[in-house]
Amino acid sequence: MRREIPIAICFLAGIFYTLELFIPHRQVLSIFETVRQWAQILIAFAYVLAIANILRVNFHAIQKNQRDWPYKVVLIVSLFFMITLGIFFGGIGEGTIFDWVYYHAQYPLQSTMFALLAFFIASAAFRAFRIRTLEAALLAVTAVLVMIGRVPVGEELWNNFPDFTEWIMNVPQLAGKRAIMIGAALGAISTALKVLTGLERTYLGGE
Amino acid sequence: MKVISFIRVLFFFLYFLLIASPLSFAQEDLSQSWFNPHRVNMLIFLIFFFAIIIYFIDRAKKGKSLFIRRIAGLDAIEEAVGRATEMGKPVLFIPGIEDIDQIQTVAAMIILGNVAKMVAAYDTPLFVPICRPMVVPVAEERVKEGYASAGRPDAYNRDNVRYISDEQFAYAAGVQGIMLRDRPAANLMFGSFFAESLMLAETGFLTGAIQVAGTANIHQLPFFVVACDYTIIGEELFASSAYLSKEPKLLGSLKGSDLTKAIIIGILALGAILETLGITQFTRWFFIE
Repeated sequence: MRREIPIAICFLAGIFYTLELFIPHRQVLSIFETVRQWAQILIAFAYVLAIANILRVNFHAIQKNQRDWPYKVVLIVSLFFMITLGIFFGGIGEGTIFDWVYYHAQYPLQSTMFALLAFFIASAAFRAFRIRTLEAALLAVTAVLVMIGRVPVGEELWNNFPDFTEWIMNVPQLAGKRAIMIGAALGAISTALKVLTGLERTYLGGE
Repeated sequence: MKVISFIRVLFFFLYFLLIASPLSFAQEDLSQSWFNPHRVNMLIFLIFFFAIIIYFIDRAKKGKSLFIRRIAGLDAIEEAVGRATEMGKPVLFIPGIEDIDQIQTVAAMIILGNVAKMVAAYDTPLFVPICRPMVVPVAEERVKEGYASAGRPDAYNRDNVRYISDEQFAYAAGVQGIMLRDRPAANLMFGSFFAESLMLAETGFLTGAIQVAGTANIHQLPFFVVACDYTIIGEELFASSAYLSKEPKLLGSLKGSDLTKAIIIGILALGAILETLGITQFTRWFFIE
C-alpha cells in the first residue's frame, strides 16, 4: 500500500491536469484553481522541512568544528534574523524592514553573482573556439561570422552581413534547436506517461 | 515489415487529421463549454502517442528484444564515480533548480537513485545540494533507497542531502562553495538549469572534476558542451531510466517515442512540401491556440 496509494494519487492528479487542457468550462477551471492553491499550501509546508534540513546540516557542522564553521553560524543567524523581521516587524511587503534588507543585501549580492557570468562566458568561449577538430573549426568560423554580423563593422564590410547572420540564426541554428526541442518534448511526454501509469516508480523510493 | 507497419500507422494518423475539422482562431467565449474544440489536434496527438507507447510496452512485456543505442554520457557516470573513488574524493550531484513538478527534475531524481547505488557500492560520499524545498524529501528518499539497494543502509548520511536556497544565484554560490571547499572529483548535473549552468560547470572545470551534465533546456546545452566532459542532450535525459535499468517495459516506451519522432519527421517533410506548393490547410491544422 505504501506504493500503490502514491501511484494512484499521482495518476489521478496527472489525468486531472491533462483534462485542464481540454475543458475550458468556468466551474471546472475554478476546481483546478482550488487544487493549485492546495499545492501552494503543500509547498509552504515543504519550506518547514527545508529549514529543518538547513538547521540540522549546519548545526552538525558547527558541533563538529568542521572547516569554515563560522560561516555556518552566519547562515543560521541570518536565517533567524530574516524570519524575525518578516514575522515581528511589519511583514514582507513593500516598504518593510524585511523588504529593505532584501533589496540592500540579498539583491546586490545576487546581481554580483550574475555579473560574474560574463567572466565565465569569456573563459568558456576561449576553450570552445580553440580549433582542434573539424567540428570545432566550423563552430569557431560560424561564431565569428555571427559576431561580426551583429556589430556595425559587419555592415560596413558587406551590406548583407546582418541578413546573412540572421539566416544562420533562423535556418541552420533554429533547425537544430527545434530538433532537440521535439525530441525533448516527446521524451518528457513519454516520461510523464510512465510516471502516471506507475511504470516508472523509482522516484517514489522505498523499494 | 517494419516499413509497412510504419506506413500503416502514418495513414491511421493522417485519417484522423482529415476527419477533424480545420482550426479557426476566432475569439469566442468557451467558459460554458465542456470541450475546447481548438485543441482537438492536441488531444488526437496525445491519444495517438499514448497508444503507440502502450503498444511497444506490451510488445516488450511479451519478451521482444529491443535495441537501445549507446549513450556515452550515461555510461560515463560510472567512470566518474570510479574516478572519485580512486581519488578518495566525493561525488557531487546537482538536480537542477526547478521543483519536483517539472519532468526534468523527476528524470534527475531517477538518475540520482542509480548514482546513489553506485556510490554506496564504492563507499564514496555523495553530496546533493537542493534548490527547491519539495525536492528535499524526494532526494533524501532516493539516496537512502540507493544505499539500501547496495546493501549499505548504514553508510547513508542524511546531512549530505542539503537544501541550499531557492534563490537562483544564492544556490549557485552555495554549490560553487561546495565545489571549491570539498573538491568533488565528479560533478553530475542533471535536470533543469538556467543562467547558473555555466557558473557551476566552469567552477567544476576549474577544480579539475570530471563532469557529466544533462538538460533539456536548449539554451544551456552549449554551456554544458563547452565546460563538461560529457553532455546528455535533450531526450537522452528522459531515456536515462530505461537505459540504466534496461527494464523491458521502460525500453518499450523509448521505442514508442522513437516511432512518434519518425512520424513527426514525416509530417514535417509533408508539411514543407505542401507549404511550398501553396497548400496551407495541412500545416494550419497543427496550430494550437
